Parts: sequence; structure tokens; C-alpha cells
Amino acid sequence: MLDTLLFVVLPYVALVLFFLVGIARYRNRPFSVSSLSSQFLENKKHFWSTVPFHYGILGVLAIHLAGLLIPDVILTWNAAPARLLFLEITGLALGIITLIGLFNSIMRRIRLPRMAVVTNKSDWVLLTLLMVQIILGILVSIYNGWGSSWFASSASPWLWSLFTLSPDISYVAAMPILVKLHIINAWLILGYFPFTRLIHVLVIPNPYLWRKTQVVMWHRDRKSVRLKD
Amino acid sequence: MEVRSQIAMTFHLDKCIGCHTCSIACKNIWTDRKGTEYMWWNNVETKPGTGYPTRWEDQTNYNGGWELQNGKLQLKSTSRSKIIPNIFHNPSMPTMDDYYEPWTYKYQELFDAPEGDDQPTARPISMVTGEYIDIEAGPNWDDDLSGSPVYAENDPNLDALSADVRKQMFEIQRLSFFYLPRMCNHCLNPACVASCPSGALYKRGEDGIVLVNQQRCRAWRSCIAACPYKKVYFNWSTGKSEKCILCYPRLETKQPPACHHSCVGRIRYLGNVLYDASRIEEVASVPKDQLIEAQRSLILDPNDPEVIKAAKENGIPDGVITSAQESPVYEFVKSWKLAVPLHAEFRTLPMLFYVPPLSPVMSGSDGEITSNETEDLFHDIKESRVPIQYMAEILGTGATAPVEYALRKQFAVRMYRRQLTVGDVDEATADRALFEADCSREEAEAIYRLTSLAKYEDRFVIPPAQREQAIEMIKDPLEHKQSVGFGFSSPPMRV
Repeated sequence: MLDTLLFVVLPYVALVLFFLVGIARYRNRPFSVSSLSSQFLENKKHFWSTVPFHYGILGVLAIHLAGLLIPDVILTWNAAPARLLFLEITGLALGIITLIGLFNSIMRRIRLPRMAVVTNKSDWVLLTLLMVQIILGILVSIYNGWGSSWFASSASPWLWSLFTLSPDISYVAAMPILVKLHIINAWLILGYFPFTRLIHVLVIPNPYLWRKTQVVMWHRDRKSVRLKD
Repeated sequence: MEVRSQIAMTFHLDKCIGCHTCSIACKNIWTDRKGTEYMWWNNVETKPGTGYPTRWEDQTNYNGGWELQNGKLQLKSTSRSKIIPNIFHNPSMPTMDDYYEPWTYKYQELFDAPEGDDQPTARPISMVTGEYIDIEAGPNWDDDLSGSPVYAENDPNLDALSADVRKQMFEIQRLSFFYLPRMCNHCLNPACVASCPSGALYKRGEDGIVLVNQQRCRAWRSCIAACPYKKVYFNWSTGKSEKCILCYPRLETKQPPACHHSCVGRIRYLGNVLYDASRIEEVASVPKDQLIEAQRSLILDPNDPEVIKAAKENGIPDGVITSAQESPVYEFVKSWKLAVPLHAEFRTLPMLFYVPPLSPVMSGSDGEITSNETEDLFHDIKESRVPIQYMAEILGTGATAPVEYALRKQFAVRMYRRQLTVGDVDEATADRALFEADCSREEAEAIYRLTSLAKYEDRFVIPPAQREQAIEMIKDPLEHKQSVGFGFSSPPMRV
């Protein structure tokens, strides 16, 4: 019963919140769709917080996403022990880099008076959730090793069972407690995501890469007022 | 030829008295909100001086504007290939300490202080953190401090001067300064617009005003690093960029911007010019010493039938063309070549032009004798207390010719008027001065009138915005009524 609640109900609630609230926020309050940068208020510690955190977490998420989308490839890659070890160490290193970044970020916000002004309660909840998640992730990779393999072979099928609306919790029910906590916290973060500054993750500079250099906007349709003669 | 209209400005520096009324008018209207306290969309600097933010002209530090790379125009630090690798932390981003930490005073302490032997004081507190602070900088911290080794000597424009000239400038007898009011230039080739990953910044097609769409701004902050004039600001409370909007709600109702309207010295002129938008990139890419002339050539003669025809074909309304024909900016910039852009070498094609200042009164002291007698009529300009090379660094892309031309002409107009009104200059001398300054009597008269006698309507020739036509395309005009302005359709709350 508890497993169903945590591994079926919670994920669906989180996903619904993520999409519904996320889309509604983007449509109704576009002004709020960004993070609140604090580089302007403090520049040096900002570098040692935000750069390791972002690059670390992007790497970690990429590995998780690969396990979800191309589990077969990951399993084939892991068939050779050296390659498995390489992936394992890379993952752990990225996790530690993320942890260092997040730790610096939290210390920066605790210590600097200027940061207190631009940090709200929601930010603290989020920072706590992220900290718990990263520590759990690192512990999992230390105590329940070879995650890239078992994620691809058991977590990935469970996630797909959720996405295809035929939830099968047998894959996760037997997992160690650390992994379970990591999973539960992940869904909490996803459900909380659209209410927080995390919304900035969804911002894509869409036309930036191919648009013209300058942006000019017209209030009137020039063609319609052009002289006919 | 792609003819567009642009609202442009001219500031006559000879008339600026450095009273900061423009800055206050702007601040009271636009930047007295939380997160904007440190912003001065309009500010007045003392030159020589370091300005606001400190040493903003030094692009080896701020990395703003454009540069030529193998003949191709590139943003210095905010091109795509540089923004994306620095996406999480832009090394060229200024911080609040480059500007100043805004403060107020704890006035309540004057009332609440316990009885004692001393007068209670209102101590300064930060408007960011609310804590007590020691004030170390302000937006005009070096006001009138020319000659100061702490401030004025750090002016980046002095780097190009020889040690001799620098030394001269800071001699106590020669000490002089002038004021430089600054605001957004509403450039033709804005670096801020080009750098925005979200496409939130844009130039209005009809009048060329550069704006930030607050709803689309995603806080990448490229624009802040990109603007070489440091005239796009970061609101630390909302996390969005803000900048001068040229008081467009006022312009659309035929009123000049508040900074212009309130100017005590009446130094400010505003009017639209017609320009050829198809040549922007070409003009912005010419060698440095040709930039000022190339930018002048971009501005078209509004009385030329060919230009009028092309303008009409491009949908420019008759009223806008008429207004361009009466534009005081066109006279200053194009007809008389009196006004030049500020730091044209940043290659943004700024549309705010400055008439270089002639003052202080041009007499040199030689011991006890003060004299300016010489055969060369324009001797004093070359020996000006503000060295012409210094002025050239600010207004001439390093070349003295454009600045010298403008100063000679102004000086000739003074001689001409002195001959008419005081009579201690003979007619031949005045005529020779006019001739040597490439100026006819009619032109001198016109310059005198627009400089000294110009009324409100002469200084501000505002083209019709024709918003009524624009809005009809989108919605019922009655529905649009009372909705023009900076306001949000929903409260600008975060999360």
C-alpha cells in the first residue's frame, strides 16, 4: 500500500503538477519564468557555487536520462568492467562536483547579508531538497554500486511502466532503502519544480542561435500603408 | 534604400551646468522602485572623471560593445560563441560595487534616540540589506572633482594622452572640467539587442526606441555586459533588465522625455531623423577613423525628393517626414556638423549626439597677464584648457578633426555675434573666422538662434506616434484607452 502511494501515486501527482502548473505559469505569468540571478550582488563566490553546481548536475542528469532512454546501450557499454568502472567513477565525480557547488551556494546565501535579501523560503526548501537528493545520490553510488547497470535494468522499466500508464512497482519494491529515498525525493522535487525558481531550467533561447542580429518590431503593418502608385 | 525614422537627440555640452535636474526627473518617474534604487537611467558625469559605473569607458575591463574581428563586426564579449560557454557565470558582468550600494538614512533615530549630551544623528543604511553602511561611492561621487588624483586621474580617456599633456591638465592654474550628461543612446546598432538570448530587447520600428520586454526577459543578463555605455541595468529584486524607455508614454503624447523637459540649461534637443537601415552593418564596420563621417552619411536628407519617395514607400507617414524636416538634431548633426556621437568607436551607432564644449573661457594666464592675442584666430582652441586630444578621445574616436571642426565653428559664431552686439570685433575678422570655420553668415545666425534663443517647440520636434493607427490593427481602440504605459497587466510578482 505504502509502496503504491510512493511509487505510483506520488509520481503521477508530481508529473501532473509539473506539466499543469508549469504550462499555466509560462502562459499566465511569463514575467516570473526565470531564476533570480544574484551575480550582480556578489561575483566571486558566485563563480565557485554556480559553475560547479550547474555543470555537475547537467552531467548527472544526462547519465540518468541515458539510463532511461537508451538502457540497452548503457548495458552493452557496461559489459566490459573497465567501461563500467569508468562510468561509475565519472558519475560519482560529477555528483561530488555538484555537491561542492551546492554547498558553496548554500554557504554564500547563509553568510552574505546581501544574499538574504534575494533568498526566500521557497529557495531554502528547494536548496534543502536538492542537498538531500545529492547526498542520497552519492551515498547510493557508494553503498549500492554499479548504478548505471541496475538503473538501466530495473529503474528504467519501472519509469517506462509509469509513462505507459501501466504502473508496475515490482521493479522498485525490492530496492534498498537509500535508493527508495532517492527516488521519492526526486518526485518531490519534480512536483515542487514549477512552483520554484527551478522553472528557469525550461527556458530555451529558442530563436537566438539563428535569428538576425538585430530585433526590430513594428506596430503597424508597413505593407498595408505603402503607397500604391 | 530602406528608409526608417529614428528619434535622435543632441546635447549641447557648452550649456550644461551640471545641476543633475535631468537625473532627478528621471529617477522620480522611473527608478524609485525596489531593485532600481542604484539605477540612474540618466546621469551626469564630470569629465575628466571616472563616471558611473566607475571607469565604464574602459572596455578592456567591461568588454562591452562591438569590435572588428578580421573585418567582421562581432560583439566583444556577448556573441553567441562567448555567451553560451559562460552561460552560468559571465565574467564580464558588472556588479553592484562597480556602480554603488544605494543608501538612505535612519531618520527615525533622530526621534527615538535617548536623551544625551550629543545631537542624535541619522546614520546611513543600505537600501539593499537595510544594515548600517559606510558610504564609499555614489552615482556622482567625483562630481566637480577634476584634478583629483583619486578620481579624475583614473579617467580611462587620459590613457591616450602624452605625459606632458596629462601633467598640464592637472596643473592647478589650468584645471578645468565639463559635464557629460548620459542616457541610453537608442543606438542604430544596439549591442544589447543583438546579445539578448531571449530576444526580449527590441528596437521599435517606427521611432527606434530600444526597449526590454519584461515578460520575455529571462535574466540572461547579456545586455548588461553588452552595452558599452552601461545603460542597461539589472533589477536585483525582479531579476530582469531595465533601461531608459525614452519616456515613450510621454513621446507618444507629444511631450519630450522628462530629462529633456526638465533641463535647466536647455541643452537638450530632440527630433527624428530619417536614415537608411540597409546600410547599418556596413557603416558599423568601417575603420575607426571613418566612423563619425560614415554615421553622418547614414542619416538622410529629409528634403531630398528621392528620400521622401523612399520613405513613403516604406510606410513612413507624412507627419513623420515633416517632423524630420524640422528636426533640430538634423541641423546640429548633419547640416552644421556641430554634434558628434559619444565614443563612436564602440560601433553601436548611438543616436545621441554631443556638441563639444567650448568653455571654459579661452584665455591663458602668463604670469600676471591674461591675454589671448595672436594672429591665429583659432589659437585658443588648440591651446584649450581641456586639451583637444582629451576631447577627441571622448567624442572623436581619438581623432581631433571632428571635435576641432565643431569648436572652430562655435568660436566663429561667437565672434560673429560679438561683432554684431558688442562691436569690439571688426567685421573682417568675424567674416574671416566664419570662412575658416566653414560657416556662412546665415548658418551662424541659425546656429546662434537654435543655441541661444530656441523655444520649447524648436528644441523638441516630436513626430506623431500614430498609435491610433497601430492599435487599430490589434484591438478595438476604445479597449486600448487608458492602457498605454509601462504598467503590467498583472502584478510583477515573482513566484
